[in-house]
Amino acid sequence: MIGLTHHTVTLGPRTILRDVTFTPRPGELTALCGPNGAGKTTLLRALAGLLPHTIHPDPTRVAYLPQSARSAWGLTVRQVAELGRIPHGDRRTEPVDRALHLCGVEALRDTRIDRISGGEMRRAMLARAFATEPEVFLLDEPTADLDPAAAHDVMGLLRRTADTGKAVVVVLHAIDLALRYADRVVLLRDGRIEADLPANQALPNAAALFGLPYGLDPTPRLLPPD
Amino acid sequence: MIGRLAVVLVGASALSLLIGDGFIGTAPWPVITDIRLPRILLAVLVGGGLGLSGAVLQGVLRNPLADPGLLGVTGSAGLGAVVVFYWGLAASFAPALPLGGLAGAVAGTACLMLFAGRTPSGPSLILAGVAVSAVAGALLTLALTLAPNPFALAEVTFWLLGGLENRTLFHVALAAPPILLGAAILLRLGPGLDALSLGEDTAASLGVPVARTLMLAAAGTALAAGAGASVAGGIGFVGLVVPHLLRARMGERPSAILPAAFLAGACLLLAADTLLRLLPWVLPLSQSPPLGALTALFGTPFLVAIARRMAP
Repeated sequence: MIGLTHHTVTLGPRTILRDVTFTPRPGELTALCGPNGAGKTTLLRALAGLLPHTIHPDPTRVAYLPQSARSAWGLTVRQVAELGRIPHGDRRTEPVDRALHLCGVEALRDTRIDRISGGEMRRAMLARAFATEPEVFLLDEPTADLDPAAAHDVMGLLRRTADTGKAVVVVLHAIDLALRYADRVVLLRDGRIEADLPANQALPNAAALFGLPYGLDPTPRLLPPD
Repeated sequence: MIGRLAVVLVGASALSLLIGDGFIGTAPWPVITDIRLPRILLAVLVGGGLGLSGAVLQGVLRNPLADPGLLGVTGSAGLGAVVVFYWGLAASFAPALPLGGLAGAVAGTACLMLFAGRTPSGPSLILAGVAVSAVAGALLTLALTLAPNPFALAEVTFWLLGGLENRTLFHVALAAPPILLGAAILLRLGPGLDALSLGEDTAASLGVPVARTLMLAAAGTALAAGAGASVAGGIGFVGLVVPHLLRARMGERPSAILPAAFLAGACLLLAADTLLRLLPWVLPLSQSPPLGALTALFGTPFLVAIARRMAP
């Protein structure tokens, strides 16, 4: 439904994406990983049709969450989630209530979005994407600003969402979250896709991409909830 | 809220019909229909146009400081009127003044669209508006310094400060169509404004045509506020303060305040103008003060109160 074939994006003298081919697949959670400036956000924006010479997808089927979503006005959490119904042009309340519940911000529904924490705001913005009930989710850093437990919550939610047949694409800096929850890891460097691998095989390439060693670490670590 | 504002507006209009310059009571029928009625209708139309375009501009630009004057269209209307004054057309043909204002507003809008380009974003629209304002302001100052006689200068300055006295049904007929058309355009932008509160990227991903929404907001403002300025001069502050007053009571969702902003702007300007007519009653004044000054004096305490409540 959406995707890029041999796509190149230039911004003035800089080439941000070079000859990128990528298609989100239904039922798959894909993590886009790479160093700062690798082109992850640009790839997501190109998929969302927000760059020149890209196709604008059907907004009822594709939801996009930008990196630093803020509300200019003091809307309530519920009003923010309701914006997700704009593509459908209806005022149905069940999808909005379900989205608020899924993203764990039900209790904050009538609180103004500028009076809650950064992590809670992030989840309210995610609820807006869920309220659209799209086929494809394009999420830029959905776990930024979230505490470790909330990050696992959100990744678990995205895992289950992909399992219901949706295509979920997330930009992630947390490689361990990507390896733990994603089906597929796409590694980007300097605007190129370096590797497109099943998550369980991606660790050596990911480590090489960041120039970090990898191996077993005997230190006890936080684990995701059961 | 909308119902209450409508009741207040109708009541205030009726009361205002009974208020003359410095006295309260009925008057001969022609005084009511030819002097007071046009003034009240203009206060409602101009105030409503300013309030609504202020609410839409603040929403579309995501900026609580936006005001219809920001786009330079009201300044261009002033320039058009001054040019008419300069050539002495106003003395020989009274309707020349508002017509000149309207021509100025149209020219200003054309420049705005030209400067902003075909696919504007919020910041590029603001910058284009600032450019139009600057050019209109500069030309206006130039025209004022070149004014043929000091009497014309005083008259122009007074007109620029804004007011509704000595307006006729001709002014109403001239201003009503563009203001109502502008209001109709602006009232349809509600869902787009709501989506834009999360930024232009998110709005575009929700299927909102961002550049088109900005263009329609600019065009609607040009009609609603530009036509108002061409008959009433530069009346400031209504467009800035009305959205804030409503947000404090109706919540901050941009679309929620749109129809109320028209009614509240109308109420505010009508109240200010009615008070202006009562002023000679309490203060011996040789000339009634400009309406624009009164709206600013009226509005500031509300704005300060809101700003204080915003502070953490």
